[in-house]
Amino acid sequence: MNSIVRVKNVYKSFGGNHVLSGASISFEQGKITAIIGQSGTGKSVLIKSIIGILVPESGEIYFRDRELLSAPEAVQDEARRHFGYLFQDSALFDSMTVEENIAFPLIETLHMRDRNEIRAIVREKLEWIGLPGIENTFPAELSGGMRKRVGVARTLALQPEILLFDEPTTGLDPVLAESINDLIVKVNREFDITCILITHDIQATFRISDYIGFLYNGRIEAEGTPESLGDTEHPILRRFISNSFVEREVEGCRDT
Amino acid sequence: MNQLPLVALIEELGRFFAFTARVFVGIFRRPYRARLFAEQAERIGVRSVPIIALSSLAIGMIFSLQVTWLMAMFRAETMVGATVGMTLARELAPVITSLMLIAKNGSAMTAELGTMRVTEQIDAMETMSVDPVQYLVAPRLVASVVVFPVLTAMANVIGLAGSYLVSVRMMGVDPGGFFDQLYWFVDPVDVLSGLIKASVMGLMMTIICGYFGFYSEKGAKGVGESATRAVVTSSVGILVADYVMADIMLKILY
Ligand SMILES: Nc1ncnc2c1ncn2[C@@H]1O[C@H](COP(=O)(O)OP(=O)(O)OP(=O)(O)O)[C@@H](O)[C@H]1O
Ligand SMILES: [Mg+2]
Repeated sequence: MNSIVRVKNVYKSFGGNHVLSGASISFEQGKITAIIGQSGTGKSVLIKSIIGILVPESGEIYFRDRELLSAPEAVQDEARRHFGYLFQDSALFDSMTVEENIAFPLIETLHMRDRNEIRAIVREKLEWIGLPGIENTFPAELSGGMRKRVGVARTLALQPEILLFDEPTTGLDPVLAESINDLIVKVNREFDITCILITHDIQATFRISDYIGFLYNGRIEAEGTPESLGDTEHPILRRFISNSFVEREVEGCRDT
Repeated sequence: MNQLPLVALIEELGRFFAFTARVFVGIFRRPYRARLFAEQAERIGVRSVPIIALSSLAIGMIFSLQVTWLMAMFRAETMVGATVGMTLARELAPVITSLMLIAKNGSAMTAELGTMRVTEQIDAMETMSVDPVQYLVAPRLVASVVVFPVLTAMANVIGLAGSYLVSVRMMGVDPGGFFDQLYWFVDPVDVLSGLIKASVMGLMMTIICGYFGFYSEKGAKGVGESATRAVVTSSVGILVADYVMADIMLKILY
């Protein structure tokens, strides 16, 4: 086991709403780990705590054996440079073109100045995500799937070691969802980036991830490889898994 | 949520002052964002010229119509230039300019920042180690502080032109007397006090509208509500501040 990020006993509540109550899980280097769970259980809160958008009340978050929550701000900032985050709705800057969006972290975070170099990197990233030539379009003109891809390109610009995906396929049609799942695998294989993935799409999760954690009632109630979770004893997780498979099959029948 | 209103108010005020401090720190910290400043100066300044010209012309004309009529009762029509000139310089030009800019740019500022907040663009900036307050609000603040007095100065001139048009050209006031009284009564200090006020009002608009946008609640309704509250709060705010500043300036400048 070589874990790159570890979450230990994290508590987070909003007012009287206890969202996380003792969540613990560790993420292995170079692997794809998925967090599954019902809507509103705090999956987004969990990964936002990891990258520091939200601050938990208590608990520990380790990045390579360095605890972040109790560390000075400079240490936290430094550590978080190794993280990339794909927001649920991509969070592209809609006042900027696609090129300016991808150039943003290059200029603002890496302080690159050479326009030609920046342009070349942007072009290369766009080619890599399979959308060459859209430099001058605005995010509003793109479809949901394309926005997701551009979001991936923007996070890749900072060459993160860990990439967190917040429901990358929600709201996309099955074909597009498939292509985003392929993109995640490609990111993981080609750049050796550790991927942390939140999703409702149980089928895809079982196919692409190496490890799965089930978030329920503010804790990781069950975890393991897809194989081991496939025949889990955990009653709620079992229902959760079987429901989603059944739904899919019914959908499939209707289509044909 | 289930908090006492007073506690909620104190919390909100605390957040507001923390935000204000962040904006000021952002102005003085590198990198200085000259390009963003220029962009904002263009939006708040250059593109507001027509609306400010139109409204100050209208105010100058309407005000002169009333004042000339009033002064005629005392056979003191030539005082129109001085009356209108001084009121414009000290009060009307900065207040009209600021109210117009709040309606035009303040509401847009809140809506823009609010949309960025609810679509997580502000969070995205933070994950890229960019301070969103420094990137988004600080350039707008500097632009407002510079642009408000410039547009106010323009409003002074155009308002006076409107006054000249109505009183001299249309109502037959003697042009010599109009200008004599204007020069005699209106001091550069009057103009200066108006410009200082305009700067402060620009600062207030940006901080208040920026604050409401930056902390918008989720949902399209949240952004709309924030914009309304921002416009109301900053309009009332500049009027209150205007009275306070007028009081102070009358004591120290004259
Ligand atoms: N910034 C916040 N302020 C207050 N409450 C919040 C905040 N963020 C999340 N919550 C609350 O935390 C709970 C969990 O939210 P979260 O977004 O993590 O759920 P999720 O598991 O990601 O659900 P979904 O699958 O719908 O995205 C919800 O009840 C939500 O209202
Ligand atoms: Mg979520």
